[in-house]
Amino acid sequence: MKRNAQLGLLLTGLALFLLPFAAGLLGDAWIRILAFSLLYMMLALGLNIVVGYAGLLDMGYVAFYAVGAYSYALLASPHLTDHFPVLAQAFPAGLHLSAWIAIPLAAGLAALFGVLLGFPVLRLRGDYLAIVTLGFGEIIRIFLNNLNAPLNITNGPQGLARIDPVRLGPISFAEPLSVLGVVIPSAQLYYTLFLLLTLLVMLISIRLEHSRIGRAWMAIREDEIAAKAMGINTRNMKLLAFALGASFGGVSGAMFAAFQGFVSPESFVLSESVVIVAMVVLGGMGHVQGVALGALLLYAIPEGLRYVARPLQLELFGAEWIAPEALRMLLFGLSLVLIMLLRPRGLWAPTRGGSA
Amino acid sequence: MDILVQQVLNGLVLGSVYALVALGYTMVYGILQLINFAHGEVLMMGAMVSLSVISTLQFLFPGCPGPLLLIAALVVSIPSCMAIAALMERLAYRPLRSAPRLAPLITAIGLSIILQTLAMIIWSPNPRVFPDLLPTAPVMVGGAFLAPKQLLILVSAAVLMALLMLLVNRTALGRAMRAVSESPRMAILMGIDPNRVVALAFMLGAALAAVAGLLVGMNYNIAHFTMGFLLGLKAFTAAVLGGIGNLPGAVLGGLMLGVIESLGAGYIGDLTGGFLGSHYQDIFSFVVLIGVLILKPSGLLGERVADRA
Repeated sequence: MKRNAQLGLLLTGLALFLLPFAAGLLGDAWIRILAFSLLYMMLALGLNIVVGYAGLLDMGYVAFYAVGAYSYALLASPHLTDHFPVLAQAFPAGLHLSAWIAIPLAAGLAALFGVLLGFPVLRLRGDYLAIVTLGFGEIIRIFLNNLNAPLNITNGPQGLARIDPVRLGPISFAEPLSVLGVVIPSAQLYYTLFLLLTLLVMLISIRLEHSRIGRAWMAIREDEIAAKAMGINTRNMKLLAFALGASFGGVSGAMFAAFQGFVSPESFVLSESVVIVAMVVLGGMGHVQGVALGALLLYAIPEGLRYVARPLQLELFGAEWIAPEALRMLLFGLSLVLIMLLRPRGLWAPTRGGSA
Repeated sequence: MDILVQQVLNGLVLGSVYALVALGYTMVYGILQLINFAHGEVLMMGAMVSLSVISTLQFLFPGCPGPLLLIAALVVSIPSCMAIAALMERLAYRPLRSAPRLAPLITAIGLSIILQTLAMIIWSPNPRVFPDLLPTAPVMVGGAFLAPKQLLILVSAAVLMALLMLLVNRTALGRAMRAVSESPRMAILMGIDPNRVVALAFMLGAALAAVAGLLVGMNYNIAHFTMGFLLGLKAFTAAVLGGIGNLPGAVLGGLMLGVIESLGAGYIGDLTGGFLGSHYQDIFSFVVLIGVLILKPSGLLGERVADRA
């Protein structure tokens, strides 16, 4: 039995690594969709720590994604050295930090922002917390959008371009890699990296859930006063949840920047936060597998519709009635409402551990 | 000095729109402890329906007087918005009364996306021009200039808010609303149907939002399917600022937020030596909100504590 389970896990893992080869047959766009769904999975799992475990409704999570993306972008693009002569003198070859240093830095910076947000909102709960975090997310975005004058730090609405890709020794992830005659496209290299990271995030989440820290978070979620009475340092635990959740967001952001080679404030709008919260709640708060499923459903299906909607309508009605983008959003909204009405605790809710 | 008066007046105009919308949030929150995230979309629908009525009438009867068009727009848009809100409440909120707290939040977000997309399909994704229906020559008020439409906004918002206060404090329906918000169970024992009261609160809020939608469209001469979101967010901020669940608080919060935004946008450049400009206008509402919640979590006039799940 145990052996079978291990074998099953191994086969699933292998299938996940080989999946892009199948998707690649349909076109490279599908590999990108797969890679992005992993990115969203990481984001949703990071938010799950804050919302699902600790019960703190963070509606501005995209801010940490943005912090991660922008810190990677600034550290690994010529922007800073172009605009600040002081830096250009210090780094004559340009500030091209290796991704393997930039990613942890991005995670750390995001965690710092998490604590910065966490401190003032320690006393708030529920809806108030939601609205304050939402405001925090917007503030970060507005700053990113406007910090191009008088000092050009973020390049404003134009965003930062020419961001270095991830490099592993001689391999640049931006170019297709050919191994023994098999050409692996760039998107697939990133997919593989994202897959490894997502698995790592999942592992960390599951280990945390069953640890002393995880139990403390859940105690706070269920009843903060009782948790305090049991000797849990609620302040530190909440800050830890914010910081850890934010650092996962930061890593996703850095990966996003490396994958795209370009970041702009447009990618970090409020509706992104909303979508990530929806992924967590829809999948099942506090349940790693559920959250991953939620992320996959909410990202991959609407994205896939983009490619399917038009031909399908032409086939069925002979004309395009609704633009794919509109149809996508309509179905997205409708599914949020319906799933919540039918399964208010989420699609794949945790079987144990009480209500949220 | 004159600039200051002008900025304050502009802020009050903006603020009375926030106040109208904030009342809708606070009424529902006071009764159900639910953030009706889709409330801003109701406002947007109101603006869009009004625009359609106005352009249809202008097409059918060219030269129709502006005030008549405004009244016609309200006659159609108020019932439409009330119907949308009633439908939302019945289909998406009522079944979830006893569900985990986040569930209605997600359906609200879903509804908001549905309404926005529907509006995008019906009224095209591009911004629509809202015609000028009143004379545009500004009027002198206390050392500053106000456009007639701005005066209309101030006056109609004040009248509506007064009417709402009367309704809540002096009528049987208002008493029922206050009773349900105090304790739904006791209200049932007193022969009140809480479902009816909740539905009516949603519809009242929607009626105010419909008016606000028309006013906003008129003020900025533009209507767009995304216009409800940020406005709704700021109105919610106003409601929290004043103490959510408290009607006078929502009005006070709305007006204050409007004035703060207007003054902030006007003076931030001078205050920071040109480092931050007026494009930071949208930040003020959030900074104010965060500040108030940290210093006085129950809001300016609220008596409830924030430390509640």
